[in-house]
Amino acid sequence: MNMQTTLAGVTFQNPVMTASGTFGSGMEYAEFVDLNKLGAVVTKGVANVPWPGNPTPRVAEVYGGMLNAIGLQNPGIDVFMERDIPFLKQYDTKIIVNVCGKSVEDYVEVVERLGEEPAVSMLEINVSCPNVKEGAIAFGQKADALYHITQEIKKKAKQPIIMKLSPNVTDITEMARAAEAAGADALSLINTLTGMKIDIHKRKFAIANKTGGMSGPAIKPIAVRMVYQTARAVQIPIIGMGGIANAEDAIEFLLAGASAISVGAMNFVNPYCTMEIVQGIADYMEQYHIENLRDLIGAVNE
Amino acid sequence: MKEKQTARVISQKEIAPMIFDMWIETGLAAQALPGQFICVYTKDKSTLLPRPISICEVKEDKTALRIVYRVAGQGTKEFSTYEAGDAIDILGTLGNGFPVEKGNGKKVFLMGGGIGVPPILQLAKEMQAEKQILLGYRDGNLFLKEDMDAYGQVYVATEDGSCGTKGNVMDAIAANGIDADVIFACGPMPMLRAIKKYAEEKGIDAYISLEEHMACGVGACLGCVVKTKEVDHHSHVHNARICTDGPVFEAKEVEI
Repeated sequence: MNMQTTLAGVTFQNPVMTASGTFGSGMEYAEFVDLNKLGAVVTKGVANVPWPGNPTPRVAEVYGGMLNAIGLQNPGIDVFMERDIPFLKQYDTKIIVNVCGKSVEDYVEVVERLGEEPAVSMLEINVSCPNVKEGAIAFGQKADALYHITQEIKKKAKQPIIMKLSPNVTDITEMARAAEAAGADALSLINTLTGMKIDIHKRKFAIANKTGGMSGPAIKPIAVRMVYQTARAVQIPIIGMGGIANAEDAIEFLLAGASAISVGAMNFVNPYCTMEIVQGIADYMEQYHIENLRDLIGAVNE
Repeated sequence: MKEKQTARVISQKEIAPMIFDMWIETGLAAQALPGQFICVYTKDKSTLLPRPISICEVKEDKTALRIVYRVAGQGTKEFSTYEAGDAIDILGTLGNGFPVEKGNGKKVFLMGGGIGVPPILQLAKEMQAEKQILLGYRDGNLFLKEDMDAYGQVYVATEDGSCGTKGNVMDAIAANGIDADVIFACGPMPMLRAIKKYAEEKGIDAYISLEEHMACGVGACLGCVVKTKEVDHHSHVHNARICTDGPVFEAKEVEI
């Protein structure tokens, strides 16, 4: 049985990855998960300088999911290169670094620094975080802005780039096509859906930022639909995510057209989730006599 | 080593209105430290995130943990229905706990307010010191007070004045004319702020246990941060993670 999947010339031992921001750089979950068995670790977003993030409360529970507005707290690229990359290099897994910024120049600075590090296989460009005021989502909700930043990053990037798309748009395929036209090597979707929760007893927002990104199993049908639509609109490969809790969910995304999948909020609920999904996909392939994982990609019957 | 597991409820009872006392059989008891916490998960899959609950007591033979918690919402309401023999999903043990050695051999205040009382019990059991235990309650439901009596001199404060000093634990310090070399505390934010201020005025150390909404409980999501005086070692931005860098912090190190 071959569980390998290939995105933009990079081959992963299996399609199971960690969604950015839910897994740190792997250190915190290495006690629970054998990182060697993951397709890739996708890191928390890293900027050119440290970002303090948003005030607390930063997280809240909602029906079937959660809201977060962390605000991309991160130590900046210097610490990341000195600490996080050497940590991840100890493991036999691929490293995908999520890159965030407030301006095109910020993104390009980080992308150029990461170009010095051959252990980093791909870059995921975060143009879809709904929780920061500058940058990020500002580049991810207008097709011309997305086209421009993708093109600028692509000029400097040594690794293939994945543009991470926001679901908070009218037509995600328009964004996907713009990224593809500007040279993106792959897409990942969906980032969180902007949500809100109000504590009726205190008459206060549950999250200090007022709005937060919703994730968790409740958003999965939206994510599957968007992956399916996007897969039919572009030629470049897709990493699908949004509420994946088990192997059945992961396989849905593969059948909808994703070449790989990421597990996000469910890492918080079940820290062993990613390992169970790798095994569950293998069991499914055995059950249905599927030799190559690639035969599942986009294989839903029309 | 942190582990998520399905453990068994040994017993549960309501010891004050909406305050529940549960013993859980778990091997995690072997590594539990006073001031550490566990995350408890609901069976209702509409509520996904773990509830962080402090460890109140560790059984002598290290085979069970006691948690005492307040029913505050849907999750804790579910936990309160569990009976002996029921399965309970937990992750632990989490956080650093109280630095017991900083109190050994000294004259200490061990202070708990409201649902911050429970972790003070195991701390009082383990610390070898002249222990003055200050407990603050809303009313005369003095849960865990009798358990504490065995480990030190207990002073009570109640908001309604029904027992002990009327007011809070700070009022109890003043009313009893007592002092200490070092403070260990868990309770609501106004109480912890008052302790931080008191410790600074007296020039003594205080170790306070904080809480915040959490998602992962293990330091990955960066949801539960507190502003710190020095740069934190994780993100280098003066934001320490309560779940992993705490929940106990030196009061002078945090901006609360």
